[in-house]
Amino acid sequence: MKIGILNYDAGNLKSVETALAYLGAKYFVSSDPYELAKSDKLIFPGVGEAQSSMKILKKRGLDIFLREYFKKGNPILGICLGCQIVLDSSEERNTKCVGLVPGNSKEFSHNMDLKIPHMGWNQVQSTNNHYIFKDIPNNSSFYFVHSYYPDPDNQNAVIALTDYGISFSSAFSVDNLVAVQFHPEKSGPHGLKLLDNFISKTQGV
Amino acid sequence: MLQKRIIVCLDVRDGKTTKGVKFKGNVDIGDPVLMAEEYYKQGVDELVFYDITASSEKRGIMIDIVKKVAEKIFIPFSVGGGIRTLSDMKQVILAGAEKVSVNSSAVKNPSIISEGAKHFGKQCIVVGMDVEMDFSKPSGYGIVINGGRTKVDLDALEWAKKIEKLGAGEIVLNSIDADGTKNGYEIKLTRMISESVGIPVVASGGAGTSMHLADVFNEGKADAALIASMVHIDGYTVGGIKEFLNKENIPVRI
Repeated sequence: MKIGILNYDAGNLKSVETALAYLGAKYFVSSDPYELAKSDKLIFPGVGEAQSSMKILKKRGLDIFLREYFKKGNPILGICLGCQIVLDSSEERNTKCVGLVPGNSKEFSHNMDLKIPHMGWNQVQSTNNHYIFKDIPNNSSFYFVHSYYPDPDNQNAVIALTDYGISFSSAFSVDNLVAVQFHPEKSGPHGLKLLDNFISKTQGV
Repeated sequence: MLQKRIIVCLDVRDGKTTKGVKFKGNVDIGDPVLMAEEYYKQGVDELVFYDITASSEKRGIMIDIVKKVAEKIFIPFSVGGGIRTLSDMKQVILAGAEKVSVNSSAVKNPSIISEGAKHFGKQCIVVGMDVEMDFSKPSGYGIVINGGRTKVDLDALEWAKKIEKLGAGEIVLNSIDADGTKNGYEIKLTRMISESVGIPVVASGGAGTSMHLADVFNEGKADAALIASMVHIDGYTVGGIKEFLNKENIPVRI
């Protein structure tokens, strides 16, 4: 079992790599759609800005690759920007995104006396016992850094909620895709457990 | 609800953690990698490593430490001290640090903040401010650089706003007056800065008891609090401090 880490120059992949190495997973990092197509599971990480990231994805044919990989049914884990960019669009410079899941990424309101980015540890309330939260106590804290939040159209896709001025979907899942707004690779033992759940999941998704 | 962060600061010189008072006289207190692992186990939310190595030829030691830390602890940590260029930033980020911290170099060359934010994202760029009471300044506080040794003609409040405008993701606000006293954080200063900017403010300098952290969160409106000697020397644990804060109804990650 080999995990592909999709590299599209969106921030630092080092922490995802070291977390997977720590968990003993076999992984490789690539920005080549043909190489990535050989992986059994895919991690789509990223910190950065939606529009410039979409440009890079398109230039390398990675947007098409993602849609095909998703259809094929192999498990995908989107993290942070990788969680937002799988939706149809983002309010961040009105960007059209990859569109695996109907929905939009929205900006936190600047009128609520909130500091933006939403940065630090916040509680994640799992709403329907999704496998990705297996053996993680509910309402555990995870590390967040973001100014936009994912808002999938189908509320049944939402698997976890977090409060920051509003209650937003901090994780959602459709078919073989799981997307988390927080950074499991920076969220201590609970974050490692979440990654381990993704790595270890064998049948179905 | 977003929780208040406790950040442990490790000053590193020639590969060893040291602790000094008012930037004078440092004593080695341990191995930074082992100490980082211990605080990670205790539930610290974040770590900061300041490289206070004097000679440039020994700076490679710090990069090795950053790499080792990144392999063992899975929480955000930042690295500061001697970061002057984009290439300095890139080196520590590639070694596995989540954030880089600039201080004197940003006062001398403010564009390092905007350049860093453009290249690595604003969440990566932390600006440290060393602040001293100075009644000749409009806010009553001025900026000092070079580890507190050199006064510059800069108002602290004005500088904080400029830091935000230039694109920094966070401010570490260190009171030179409170640093090393163990009498508590500079509440008035922290509150003034925190309420004037829209980015998180980390209070630093003066922590001696758990109550001091409660005060800087409640009264000082800090988003995070930096501690050092409380846990390095005085026998406090991160877990113990968090338990206390939890009882004081301050949201912390337990």
